[in-house]
Amino acid sequence: MKARSPSFGEHGRWPAALLWMAAVLLVGVLLSVMVGSVGIDPREVLRALLGIQAVPGDPAVTIVRQIRLPRAILAGMVGACLALAGLGFQAISRNPLADPAVLGVSSGASFGVLIAMLLGLAGPFANPAVITLFAFAGALLAAVSVYAIAQVDGRLPITTLLLSGVIIGLFFTSCVMLFTTLLASAELQGVVLWLMGNLAPAGGRTLAVLGLVLAIGFVVLARQAAGLNLLALGEEQALQLGVEAERVKRVVFVAASLVTGAAISAAGSIGFVGLIVPHAARLLLGPDNRRLVPAAGLLGAAFLILADLVARTIAAPTELPVGVITSFCGAPLFIYLLRSRQGGDSV
Amino acid sequence: MNALELQGVTFRYRTGKGVEDVTFRAGPAELLGIVGPNSAGKSTLLRLLSKVVTPQRGRILINGRDTAGLSRVSLAQRVAVVPQEFHVAFPFRVAEVVLMGRYPHGAGGGWGSARDHAVAQAVMEATGILDLAMRRMDELSGGERQLVSVARALAQEPAVLLLDEPTAHLDLRHEQRVLEFLLTHHRKQMGTTILVSHDLNLAAEHCDRVLLLARGRIAALGRPEEVMTTAHLESAYGCSVEVERHPVSGRPRVQGSLSRQVASDTVSHHSPDVREAGCPNGQLGN
Repeated sequence: MKARSPSFGEHGRWPAALLWMAAVLLVGVLLSVMVGSVGIDPREVLRALLGIQAVPGDPAVTIVRQIRLPRAILAGMVGACLALAGLGFQAISRNPLADPAVLGVSSGASFGVLIAMLLGLAGPFANPAVITLFAFAGALLAAVSVYAIAQVDGRLPITTLLLSGVIIGLFFTSCVMLFTTLLASAELQGVVLWLMGNLAPAGGRTLAVLGLVLAIGFVVLARQAAGLNLLALGEEQALQLGVEAERVKRVVFVAASLVTGAAISAAGSIGFVGLIVPHAARLLLGPDNRRLVPAAGLLGAAFLILADLVARTIAAPTELPVGVITSFCGAPLFIYLLRSRQGGDSV
Repeated sequence: MNALELQGVTFRYRTGKGVEDVTFRAGPAELLGIVGPNSAGKSTLLRLLSKVVTPQRGRILINGRDTAGLSRVSLAQRVAVVPQEFHVAFPFRVAEVVLMGRYPHGAGGGWGSARDHAVAQAVMEATGILDLAMRRMDELSGGERQLVSVARALAQEPAVLLLDEPTAHLDLRHEQRVLEFLLTHHRKQMGTTILVSHDLNLAAEHCDRVLLLARGRIAALGRPEEVMTTAHLESAYGCSVEVERHPVSGRPRVQGSLSRQVASDTVSHHSPDVREAGCPNGQLGN
């Protein structure tokens, strides 16, 4: 039989699509390194990356290597984490509206970080792994609460899922506000900046922890991707096809909470990335999670780097919180998805 | 060889619903119908057979092997289910959904071997949905969706095919198309088919044997004309029925009768809504 394989068609060239996404990501990194209060042209960027100083004490080298590149790397990893978290939550709740911020999981993570601060674990010499752990615990606590509240007869209707996400999110946000007032005023400004979503250059250790968590989350999601696809048929049918549905859900749940926690502890609350990026990836590649996991990682990184570039430059010299940009993109999309049939189906 | 065998299978939910001491066999190329009123245990039996729940007592054997000792994946290589409703959460394409049926045969996460694709292609051709292969699931009609569901189940190449009201949401034409296909195809493959249905006439017309469940137990098991008797059905459903012969096939044909109530019936004769108390045409206890 020489008939063409029935599985691919228009999505057949997806490895090429991934290459394109990687190219977009690279261009995004390059742009974000070049553009700023001091313009740096590509040749200077290349020189700076190679550590060649045109003149002794070349400021371009410092700007690229100490400020802009770490910032781009941070933004990229945070974006990838949030996009993967959204993808994971969407697959297990069988709904494209799930997102760590919408589900209140981000607020839970912020709550965890504030607890760490109150315990004095978040000072300038703090271990970023410890803070990430607290954020992870907070995220997991919020996610478990939301899913427990939203469950009706073993199902997750989208209305109760969104409502309980809003409620849990509000609750943890209130806790965050309460604890913020308890903090010493010396710490206050940093906390407020962080709460608004802050991609200020992070230390090497923060980047290392974030990178490690991102790698773990990516591998876990990639390994569960085929099972997550079958979950789209419903839990009982996934079981009947040989997927340990409960285990897959639990693993993805924990992984999504983990990457959310890492992103929040590194950069504060940045909303809607987990909603926008998987949606865009689905439009480009279809709903197969085996393609979406790498695509969401690449697109999430590119998206937040570019959003940060816009936030830094659009009102220069004032720098907007990057969460403003992502929300301005995400909120309309959320409304569109909610009104269209895709998000309206209760499952 | 008995493809499917249940030995004294008992499963009770905490609510008390379930099945009690169910024993039967179904052979290769046999089509066994399971009928009975609401909450008689039909769905529980299906969930037991597909190991969504496991027996509290008794054993379920497939080709002589106890399913308790089979992993979920190896069970899925032997048993496939066509559910009542087939809803896919994200806009997957038809071919992708059919290929999901190959999951238990793959390495679990692979993209599908050449054989997987060949099987998917063959079942789509057989079910007449090959031209829908690249369509998105959310663009299909209910009948087309159900055919995809059937193709997805057949892609598993199961020894036992479980059908849960496979035609409940279909119009007459699509019902016939789905049924005709299921009957001829699965028998050709010498598989065992279990058809769970509310529709007594559908079961009587097509099944080799019929199992009547009532209150979680087997009330009758045998050829349709042995099971579909006034006595069996009235005691199982608690309402009066009439059984005739189909003019062409000679199979039993069942009608709920509104004219007289069973003496022991708890329903009052003065009930203002007689239709609710009696049984509508053929679909006893909807």
